[in-house]
Amino acid sequence: MLAYVIRRVFQSIFVLLMVGLVAFSMFRFVGDPVENLLGQERTQADIERVRDQLGLNDPFPVQYVKFLGNALQGNLGVSYRQGRPVSEIIAERAPATLELAGVSALFAVVFGIGLGVFTAIRRDGFMANFIMTTSLIGVSLPTFLIGILLIYIFAVELGWLPSFGRGETVKIGGWSTGFLTESGLKAIILPAITLGLYQMTLIMRLVRSEMLEVLRADYIKFARARGLSTRAINFGHALKNTLVPVITVTGLQIGSIIAFAIITETVFQWPGVGLLFINAIQFVDIPVMAAYLMLISVMFVLINLIVDLLYFVIDPRLSAGASTRGH
Amino acid sequence: MSSKKKLLGALLTTAILAGSSALASAETLRWARAGDSLTLDPHSQNEGPTHALSQQIYEPLISPDMEAKPIPALATEWMVKDGNPNVWVFKLREGVKFHGGEDLTAEDVVFSFNRAKMESSDMKELLVTIKEVRAIDDYTVEMETEGPNPILPNNLTNLFIMDKGWAEANDVAKPAEFDDGEETYAVRNANGTGAFMLESREPDTKTVLKANPDYWGKGQFPLEVTEIIYTPIQNAATRVAALLSGEVDLIQDVPVQDIDRVANADGLKVGNAPQNRTIFFGINSGDADLENDNVEGKNPFADLRVRKAMNMAIDRDAIKQVVMRGQSAPTGVIMPPFVNGWTPELDVYPKADIEAAKALMMEAGYGDGFEVTLHCPNDRYVNDEAICQAAVGMMGKIGIKANLVAQTKANHFPLISGKTTDFYLLGWGVPTFDSEYVFNFLVHSTTDDRGSWNGSRFSNPEVDTMIQSLGSEVDLDKRNETIAKIWQVVQDEQIYLPIHHQVLNWGMKSSIDFPVQPEDQPHFKFLKFN
Repeated sequence: MLAYVIRRVFQSIFVLLMVGLVAFSMFRFVGDPVENLLGQERTQADIERVRDQLGLNDPFPVQYVKFLGNALQGNLGVSYRQGRPVSEIIAERAPATLELAGVSALFAVVFGIGLGVFTAIRRDGFMANFIMTTSLIGVSLPTFLIGILLIYIFAVELGWLPSFGRGETVKIGGWSTGFLTESGLKAIILPAITLGLYQMTLIMRLVRSEMLEVLRADYIKFARARGLSTRAINFGHALKNTLVPVITVTGLQIGSIIAFAIITETVFQWPGVGLLFINAIQFVDIPVMAAYLMLISVMFVLINLIVDLLYFVIDPRLSAGASTRGH
Repeated sequence: MSSKKKLLGALLTTAILAGSSALASAETLRWARAGDSLTLDPHSQNEGPTHALSQQIYEPLISPDMEAKPIPALATEWMVKDGNPNVWVFKLREGVKFHGGEDLTAEDVVFSFNRAKMESSDMKELLVTIKEVRAIDDYTVEMETEGPNPILPNNLTNLFIMDKGWAEANDVAKPAEFDDGEETYAVRNANGTGAFMLESREPDTKTVLKANPDYWGKGQFPLEVTEIIYTPIQNAATRVAALLSGEVDLIQDVPVQDIDRVANADGLKVGNAPQNRTIFFGINSGDADLENDNVEGKNPFADLRVRKAMNMAIDRDAIKQVVMRGQSAPTGVIMPPFVNGWTPELDVYPKADIEAAKALMMEAGYGDGFEVTLHCPNDRYVNDEAICQAAVGMMGKIGIKANLVAQTKANHFPLISGKTTDFYLLGWGVPTFDSEYVFNFLVHSTTDDRGSWNGSRFSNPEVDTMIQSLGSEVDLDKRNETIAKIWQVVQDEQIYLPIHHQVLNWGMKSSIDFPVQPEDQPHFKFLKFN
């Protein structure tokens, strides 16, 4: 077990280093930051001076090693665009993204499981078919289109919800939350739905097919024969046994919810790290891009590591002394 | 029946909305545009949205008004010193206070100019001719230039004055360096003399300004806005939706495809004005051979007939109708109409004439055409990539096969300054409102301090001498004559292929009375509510 963990940790570190190296080799294709930093009146001498100052004349492996050295000391550099330390900017922006991701994940899990169970039980009902068909929209339409559609209906036509931003926020320590004000709560609804729709559909379809599988199993038939209530059978026995794969998938999807909040944040002008990243790309703000990519890869690697380790806990068959277990 | 009901409902809602907004928020203005200001430090960035926000909080000596005409701000009058053409004298406005309560004196002006001339300042290029700035008394400042500089005041409209004591107390006596590693106090705090004071700022999210109760301009400007809430909204569709849903009162950067939608919405209107930016193609006529074409051993663009043919092949009216949806002013010259040196004759553009253009190509020996790469930005100007696509088709008609490379501005502009493109799209604004600025950057041969954007490689010693003479010619009539002469060369030689002047569109509530400013800079002290 310990050897396995150590091996996995080393693999993770290797993956991180590689991600960083690839990222740095890509940055020069994004463009020249100096062009954005200096106004149109700049001279060639200015360009050279700033390139030198920023270390842009170094070959990219050197830039990368410098970045790693500083990052290990907790210094992620200064944003070219805002002139402020990157760590500070990211800390300021993270609450917005984490709150959005949290609410989207909650929405995806609750509605995904709920609708999944419903469509499995009422397999041939009109509502179930309707939900299944419309859920295809969630998978097939691109996020920005769904976002703009929601804005058009709920903000422009109906005027119920705001079209952009986070509403009023309250500061608790270093964390700014939108959960404590009415405008903050209203503002999170549309982006959370936009961001979580794909995951909701995914979970719903997964739960449904797992449920259908389980409902055909022998132990469900036995449970029916014993005269248990439908409710007890569906939720007590069937649903419970469908959840193992659902948890795995959900865990991995949370990573992508955070990482791919970029588009949703752009559409709704949500002041999170995704929007920060988009702005950084347009400005060729290398310190911000590097920090963001590294953070996202740390997150993915961590989640994967945890999921791998969880298999040991959840599935005893994986560990050496397999024990007997039955229903 | 139902449509009548709907209409009635809509009218009622508008009436109620209009009534309530007149009562409740007559003074708060919610303002949105695509990008945020990059920093509040007034000398760190020479960039549009950054200056637009700073203009509300800080003030220059001479400020642009809503028509971009210079009007007195912190200076009440300015003149060349008697007997010494190298010195400009500025009389400062008396009784002006900074937001923190400090008095404005000549010391602050001297300090601010010296700060703006430092190496880490982004404004220093506008001040290169200034040798020394000195305080004569509390309210008189003299600026000595290297040789006479008749248009110096034109360079000062975005040159903001800070309080010396405040800057020194907060350790921001110099603009931040890129590698300083820390945020300086002036990036997110401000102490100006402007009509609005900074209340709060979250970069890229929200900035709140409050009216300055002690503003010197009371009685001179409308000053009807008491609070400004500024939110950048990057996505164009979301920005328009926010205006349509009434969450913001005024947006800049209305996308051309949404102009009708906003203009036809109840309670909204769109204002427009020609922008201080002209879009044109640059062609490398100076090099002996081109990197990006298929003609070996010579440069087809070096032939004036080819350049003339290309100019004739461009159908500017079609670009205006199809690509810009009517939102552009086609032109025959690469400067906007309000620039000194502009004449209606220069602005006249040729009608597209493919037959004549083809004949010229034939005459030049390129009857079978040639291939060349066209470089184009795709995120800098209004519909920039679409303009290039249209041009590819037009060039195709006279046998020039243009291969389009459209990319982000951060990749595009280094091609021009690095002189590695032969055919490219560029837009140019003239912040000084004088032709000399255009000549210095686009027409003069590339040297250390001039011609940095001259991707045409045009180089003519005679023209260079004329351009240099503009900097110190005090006789304005003579100077204007030289300007006209240089333009004649630029036009005759067809150094550039002008397309159009961009048109600015601002969408706003009908209840707002506010002209569109050619530099895309709203000065909210001029805003009035109906």
